[in-house]
Amino acid sequence: MKRFFYCFLRLILSASILSASLAAQDWVRGGTGLGVERVRLAASDFKSSTGDPQNTALLKTFNDVLWNDLDNAGIFDLVSKSFYPLQEPGQPSEVNFTAWNTAPPNASMLAFGNLGAAGGKVTVQGWLYDVKNQASPQVLGKQYTDNATNDAVRVIAHRFADEIIFRLGGGVPGIAETKIYFISERSGHKEVWMMDYDGANQQQLTHLGSISLSPRISPDSSRLAFSSINKGGWEIMMYSFDLNRMVAFPRFGGVNLSPSWSPDGKLAFSSSRNGYPNIFVVDASGGNPQRLTSDKGPDVSPSWNRKTGSQIAFVSGRTGLPQIYTMEADGTNLQRVTDQGYAVSPNWSPNGQFLTFSWMRKYGPGEPGSNDIYLMDIASKQWVQLTHDAGRNDFPCWSADGRHIVFQSHRSGSDQIWTMLADGTNVTQLTFSGSNTQPSWSWK
Amino acid sequence: MKHATMSRWLTLTFALATIMFLGACKKKVAPPPPPPPPPAAQPTASLSANPNTINQGQSTTLTWQTTNATDISIDGIGPVDPSGSRQVTPTDSTTYHLVAKGAGGTQEATARVTVNPAPAPPPATVQNVTEEELFAQNVKDIFFDYDKYDIRADQQAALQADAQFFQQHPNIRFTIEGHCDERGSTEYNLALGTNRADTVKNALIQAGVSGDRIKTFSYGKEKPFCTESNESCWQQNRRGHFVYGQ
Repeated sequence: MKRFFYCFLRLILSASILSASLAAQDWVRGGTGLGVERVRLAASDFKSSTGDPQNTALLKTFNDVLWNDLDNAGIFDLVSKSFYPLQEPGQPSEVNFTAWNTAPPNASMLAFGNLGAAGGKVTVQGWLYDVKNQASPQVLGKQYTDNATNDAVRVIAHRFADEIIFRLGGGVPGIAETKIYFISERSGHKEVWMMDYDGANQQQLTHLGSISLSPRISPDSSRLAFSSINKGGWEIMMYSFDLNRMVAFPRFGGVNLSPSWSPDGKLAFSSSRNGYPNIFVVDASGGNPQRLTSDKGPDVSPSWNRKTGSQIAFVSGRTGLPQIYTMEADGTNLQRVTDQGYAVSPNWSPNGQFLTFSWMRKYGPGEPGSNDIYLMDIASKQWVQLTHDAGRNDFPCWSADGRHIVFQSHRSGSDQIWTMLADGTNVTQLTFSGSNTQPSWSWK
Repeated sequence: MKHATMSRWLTLTFALATIMFLGACKKKVAPPPPPPPPPAAQPTASLSANPNTINQGQSTTLTWQTTNATDISIDGIGPVDPSGSRQVTPTDSTTYHLVAKGAGGTQEATARVTVNPAPAPPPATVQNVTEEELFAQNVKDIFFDYDKYDIRADQQAALQADAQFFQQHPNIRFTIEGHCDERGSTEYNLALGTNRADTVKNALIQAGVSGDRIKTFSYGKEKPFCTESNESCWQQNRRGHFVYGQ
């Protein structure tokens, strides 16, 4: 099974190299480490540069967040701290190249630096050194200053991690500063919540006291669309991050569900305004509604091709159990992409090449049914299963770098938000309290 | 050499067989008393009706649970699952009687449903019954199969009765809510619930009820009637539910 999986990924890898630029396909290299060796990176704990008593707590936050970000990136062979030399550098002059570039650490790259609070401000200096190139080692040198708070230090660590990931990850920006939006019942109602990509800073966004579902963040992160029961009907609702409040959006009548943003800011969603639920597209302000499907079966959960904006994947029950279909953004060229079972919640990858979705592949009496997350190469319709034997999994959504997937899983006994690398490894739980569902990952 | 080995094995096998045979014979001569069979567990049974007092024409839900029983039946209903629930509409006050038989014996349970007779039909009383009360007493929800939104043959009678009621009460405006069971995905269930509500609406329109009196809505699996994970509960949740008003 595992061998098949790697063969398939290798197939994608070779096809990718033939068909398009390497940078766009980076996640395959990064996410699986196939063919290309992962960069062996050491991340030395930053050192205190002032005598401020705050430094200890701030350094702990900074070092933990930076390590976690680099570990999550999926493109590094992160050298265990137990291999590090006793003398860890806080400045370039303190780097002992031989101690780092030979065994036991045997690192290619070294991240190091210092942090110091003074007068309520904190200053962080960070470097990335190519320790195998003593003549010209500096890859990156950065200085950050902000208020001496835990939150500010957390953001600085994310920024520095993203700088490293951008330089060593084939020019694909890191995701340490991205956000995840989701539905939580913690307040007693299903409301929209948001958090950092690593699960930190969870906070409630809406206070509608109704049932809100299917949050989707706009490509520029300025608006969030979702569906909610409002004045007796399911309508598309809009939250503005420019104004930090709900803003008006047209009412369509009927049942309106599951919005999805196109790269240029249009919205597709499911609406029963003309009878049975069909896929509609409206412009950014909700005007000019166009109906794309017209069958009787329920059509729902559209997902726009994030790269081209010219195709939409969606779910339809027109033949019985729900299956995933694709069509052009004008409703033509309908193609069914799943051939059996119960397939829902498609989400198109940033490079336009893959769909991830939730599938109960063999559905029926006597079948060991389980909803798992799958990944499909659209062109060849070949698929791989990413989650195995771990409860009901649904609503997968790609990260901006195409290397990660966030999803909802019941594996812990309740619905919670989890992330994994796009090859199914490095599965990490982000939420623990209440019931948390339907994650949407910001595009940047 | 080969022969010698083989004959030695034969002898050994024969000797072993003889010992075993003799052993078996010996056992036959003096069999130990058979161990007493483990006592079969006594069945348990409970039966309840909720509500246990209804007006004539209304329904109540019988819920029962049994253990250690293989043969369970309720008088007037027949054989039933070891545990479950069922909606019943008795016309008169009824004592439901459950018998659970198992290897360990028989256990009975009863539940009394008191049916208040429908008010006598003098015109003065009829005027006191509001249309909303009539709606609650007469309109029956329509139930669906898993992942389906077409109306089952066994639901046609309820649908025709509903259509007749709405034709006789042309001023009632109402909402049909589509509901789904907990299996399946949130978004798809909301769309499926919409289809269920729309199908019921279209069937009523076909039967002569004006469409502008009917609003449709979907709850998907967001507002279940029953929260257990079993088929009888799931069936309760797969329905087109009628609500008075819009």
